[in-house]
Amino acid sequence: MIAIIDYGMGNLHSVSKALERLGCETAVTSSPEEILAADGAVLPGVGAFGDAMRNLRETGLDATVKEFASLGKPLLGICLGMQLLFDESEEHGRHEGLGLLPGRVVRFEGDYKVPHMGWNELTFAQASNPLFEGLQPGYVYFVHSYHALPEKREDLLATTDYHQPVTAIVGRGSLYGMQFHPEKSGELGMALLRNFTRLVPARSL
Amino acid sequence: MLSKRIIPCLDVKDGRVVKGVNFVNLRDAGDPVELAALYDREGADELVFLDISASVEGRATMIEVVRRTAGEITIPFTVGGGISSTDDMKRLLRAGADKIGINTAAIRHPDLVTDGARIFGAQCIVVAIDAKFNAEWGEWEVFTHGGRNSTGIKALEWAKEAECRGAGELLLTSMDADGTKDGFDLPLTAAVSGSVGIPVIASGGAGSARHFAEVFTDGRADAGLAASIFHYKEVTIRDVKDALRAEGVNVR
Repeated sequence: MIAIIDYGMGNLHSVSKALERLGCETAVTSSPEEILAADGAVLPGVGAFGDAMRNLRETGLDATVKEFASLGKPLLGICLGMQLLFDESEEHGRHEGLGLLPGRVVRFEGDYKVPHMGWNELTFAQASNPLFEGLQPGYVYFVHSYHALPEKREDLLATTDYHQPVTAIVGRGSLYGMQFHPEKSGELGMALLRNFTRLVPARSL
Repeated sequence: MLSKRIIPCLDVKDGRVVKGVNFVNLRDAGDPVELAALYDREGADELVFLDISASVEGRATMIEVVRRTAGEITIPFTVGGGISSTDDMKRLLRAGADKIGINTAAIRHPDLVTDGARIFGAQCIVVAIDAKFNAEWGEWEVFTHGGRNSTGIKALEWAKEAECRGAGELLLTSMDADGTKDGFDLPLTAAVSGSVGIPVIASGGAGSARHFAEVFTDGRADAGLAASIFHYKEVTIRDVKDALRAEGVNVR
């Protein structure tokens, strides 16, 4: 079973539907016990970084997510959920993140449109990662005003180009994050989700 | 490089697509979910549902349409029409909509833009602007209630205010071009797109693939929206994208 962590920040339905279409058993849940018992988990999220961290702290789910990751079970952060994996964000002030990946989240700055919104092309930085098995890079759907700067090059799995190289996929062990919305990214998005679910122990699928 | 987006728009009333839809491969041309899935397969980059229901029941039905659509398609979709509170937004977003379009309510209560962006994030809030050239002013004026009521507000000023209040995107409809099929309103689109730092979806006037190329180059739009030319298969999304590629416009 894949737990979709419900901490009051958005797009749960489309993520769970996408996983169900891939044949996964899912549960949208805010119960720490249920999350920790799951074989894999997705940390979704839209909205503001500070609000999201406050919700996670108030519900105690910040500790749950960290514990889940420490168990080595596959965990996928999507969009804001990916940004939360990092140390800190400068969105509306300075906010501490979950600290599962070293790095910070900064605003797009420049003479171009923000948010970075729409379909943009991935470049695989580490094509041999199991997440990319059988896949060719292509277009996925982004919508974000802040972007992550991972401290470690080895955590960066894919980038896209928006007036600079932009972090698109990060990963460390069984921990993954996608800045774009795989559940809204056509066939490639679904294929990336499918590859993630393949990392989840087979008995649960 | 970020690609330009092609967005079909569906008018939905009491849970059914209204206005002509002329597809052969559909069991039921009035089912918004089935049409949405078809456009997804055809390569649409996003979808817009405009809820034109006049009743409470009709709006409740829309929630169910959104829920079903979210399970069927793999592209983002915006829901607009009759949304007047952050509670309305929450219900639609929880049901699976990716973005919320607000028009008349935003003019009446600009705080709705601010509050929506603060609570749900700027990326969810699309401010829809219906604009018409005002010859006396020598610039464009905002209209509400589906283009029936003039507001005395300048479109460029409202566009900037919407951005300041946290809108993530503008859906700009030219009332002068709408329905003409003579092409998008390039001066309006370029003026608005050039005066804000958020993406602009151009709407109104699309009649051919060529019109999309113009609105992305001369009109400086980030996305182009159309309804009837897609519904009547006058032009397919594939045709538009092929034409854009030939013009050197980056599309998915």
